[in-house]
Amino acid sequence: MESTSDNGSPPCHLHLEGEMTIFTALDVKERLLAPLANCRQIDVDLSQVSEIDSAGLQLMLLIKREAAAQGKDIRFVAHSAAVVDVLELCQLTGYFGDPVVMASLNGRG
Amino acid sequence: MNLDDALQTFIVESHELLQAMEDALLEIEHSADLSESINAIFRAAHTIKGGAGLFGLDGIVAFTHVMESVLDKVRGNELSIDDDMVALLLSCGDHIKALLNSLVAGQEEIDPAVAAEGAALIARLKRYLGASQPETAPAATLPQHHEARLETMGGGFVETDNWHISLRFGHDVLRNGMDPFSFLRYLGTMGQIVGISTLFDTLPPAAEMDPETCYLSFEINFKSDADKAAIEGAFEFVRDDCVIHILPPKSRIADFIQFIKDLPEEELRLGDILVRCGTLTQSELDSALAFQAGADPHSASADERNKPIGEIVSQAGIVHPPVIEAALEKQKQIKDAKSQESRVIRVDSEKLDNLINLVGELVIAGASASLLSHRSRDVQLQEATSNISRLVEEIRDGALQLRMVQIGETFRRFNRVVRDVSREMNKDIELQISGAETELDKTVVEKIGDPLMHLVRNSMDHGIESSELRQSRGKPVKGTVRLNAYHESGSIVIEVGDDGGGLNRDKILKKALDKGLVSPTQNLSDQEIYMLIFEAGFSTAEQVTNLSGRGVGMDVVRRNIEALRGTCELDSTEGQGSTVRIRLPLTLAIIDGFQIGVGSASYVVPLDMVKECLELSSEERQKSKEHNDINLRGEVLPFVRLRERFREQGQAGQRENVVVVQYAGQKAGLVVDELMGELQAVIKPLGCLFTNLKGVSGSTILGNGEVALILDVPALIQQAVSAETQIEVALG
Repeated sequence: MESTSDNGSPPCHLHLEGEMTIFTALDVKERLLAPLANCRQIDVDLSQVSEIDSAGLQLMLLIKREAAAQGKDIRFVAHSAAVVDVLELCQLTGYFGDPVVMASLNGRG
Repeated sequence: MNLDDALQTFIVESHELLQAMEDALLEIEHSADLSESINAIFRAAHTIKGGAGLFGLDGIVAFTHVMESVLDKVRGNELSIDDDMVALLLSCGDHIKALLNSLVAGQEEIDPAVAAEGAALIARLKRYLGASQPETAPAATLPQHHEARLETMGGGFVETDNWHISLRFGHDVLRNGMDPFSFLRYLGTMGQIVGISTLFDTLPPAAEMDPETCYLSFEINFKSDADKAAIEGAFEFVRDDCVIHILPPKSRIADFIQFIKDLPEEELRLGDILVRCGTLTQSELDSALAFQAGADPHSASADERNKPIGEIVSQAGIVHPPVIEAALEKQKQIKDAKSQESRVIRVDSEKLDNLINLVGELVIAGASASLLSHRSRDVQLQEATSNISRLVEEIRDGALQLRMVQIGETFRRFNRVVRDVSREMNKDIELQISGAETELDKTVVEKIGDPLMHLVRNSMDHGIESSELRQSRGKPVKGTVRLNAYHESGSIVIEVGDDGGGLNRDKILKKALDKGLVSPTQNLSDQEIYMLIFEAGFSTAEQVTNLSGRGVGMDVVRRNIEALRGTCELDSTEGQGSTVRIRLPLTLAIIDGFQIGVGSASYVVPLDMVKECLELSSEERQKSKEHNDINLRGEVLPFVRLRERFREQGQAGQRENVVVVQYAGQKAGLVVDELMGELQAVIKPLGCLFTNLKGVSGSTILGNGEVALILDVPALIQQAVSAETQIEVALG
């Protein structure tokens, strides 16, 4: 994970890999909250997220709200197919307002 | 996972559910408060359907589905349950049992007779559904315009053709291994989620948020042709952890008013949610709020949110939607059921048997250690082994307790039998049960069912007279069959009684004489004459019914009971009724025994049958050479010389002792050499070579490794008594 100093600097990047499920929830929560201390803007790259369940979605909601409360900005980018699926299932794509690249849908049924 | 094991469990549990269903159906015939019974029946059918679905048992699923639909209507007060429906549902329960049995038998295809029966039952069930359908068909003819709705006083129907499903998942859903998404996806297989609002208001700040707690809820607009049962069924596994509301298509606005009132969120917000997911249109929402406000529909504003909805709804007398009631009631029932459920676990009976075997070995090993420690002079060792003996005794008692089950379960099954048979015979008979908590060994319970069945049927058929005859005799028209159980001196006694006509002593005697079972010169007591009905081929019934009267039953009953080391007695008063009393040993595995020595061998007598021990004075010895009895404080006590009985070698010693034993009111003396004291005897069966050995009922291994035979006291007593009578007869 790279981090740079805030205020006008390029955004921090966070790469999540593997599962965002109940099994990893405790861990993912910490990883998502950690950069909030130092960064003003955070891009969370979800391209390597293999699986996501309700616990994972909750964390996404949590961090979004937390960032807003702290006046910071968090964006989810490069959603993997699993994440897109869940966002559509719950019709939350609009809520997050993040750019979901429709190209990731190509090749799916 | 071994599917076979799971399937076995399903079958066992389904049988239990069917029994519960039957009990509840029989309850309905007797009690005023039906709602609990109806819910129990519905739950049973529903659970069986769910389980059958898991295993792909489509036949059972389809059948129980129709049952469930009818039961649902009864639950929702759209149908009332009457005698015919109870009879129909009882037959449905039997049919499901038949389906389960063919499953166990491994049949691929359902037997055509069973299938035909199923089809007939479904036709009868559907008649109930058909009859009520016109009432519940949504009023599709009602105009859908705003004006019409306002005119119909309390809101009309909403436009949406879709279901509205509200899911408020509980906090522990994730921890319990479930994921709300899987339910959403499952709904997707039954229809289409047209609109969904995901709510997470309860998500706390990051510091307090527990990643493993579920904070999500969903309001869903769902398009589907599935019926309510199917949609409810989707949430089967999460019912306990979730507050679910389901509003069918074409619900009334008033239903939504109630629904909104029920949910925790603030009303206007809820209204918005419903609009957002497409369930309500904005104007429908407006009129809902307007109706509540009683003002111009288009002036609904933020002020309205403070007006209470509830009062207006109840004043207008709007009926509460059955679905919400049902969901809430379900929650309540689940809570009730959970608190009532006894804390029970299933144990493989083989494991239990193994444990008891081990305990038996422990008893023997412990006895051996005790013996050695007694021989040594080591006081501390003696104390230690004495401690061990005490603990072993407690473990022994505890282990044996595990095998004990209440006889009530067996008794209760007879409710159905009595009901069916009394209808068949056109007699009014009721079953009274007492002593249901009396416990007995599991294997005994399993084997006692058939003999009891025969005795109950006998009472009903031959014991209890027809209604006219009873009336003419001044008896109440309703006959009574009694099942009673209690403990008595180390045995369990089971009584099957009736208040019928009793046994006709003379008739029985005559029949017995005819059949040559007794000779005319024999002087038999009343008891002995009654007991003749247990002889093979005996029947004084004038008419042989298909239930009884062929003379095949009673001797089989007696043999079965003797196989359990039990005995039968009969009590009867002509004109008033009869009672059959069955006596069975409480445990089959380990007994408290009394060890006696005869010659070089040791024998064991069950301790609870020992009344007293005395020395045989030389005077008595002389007298006893002439006849086989002793004068016990004025009482005549027949006895058996075990030395002779078991053909011990050698002469009797100087002193002999008498152990006075008692069983079923009869006493006898056993003349032995030595009295050796109490011991715990683990009963080892004798093996098939020795099953016909009279007077011995088992064996045990003593502390010193030798084998001691366990005496069959009732048989010995019988022998002593009849030997005594024979001598009397010979002399007299």
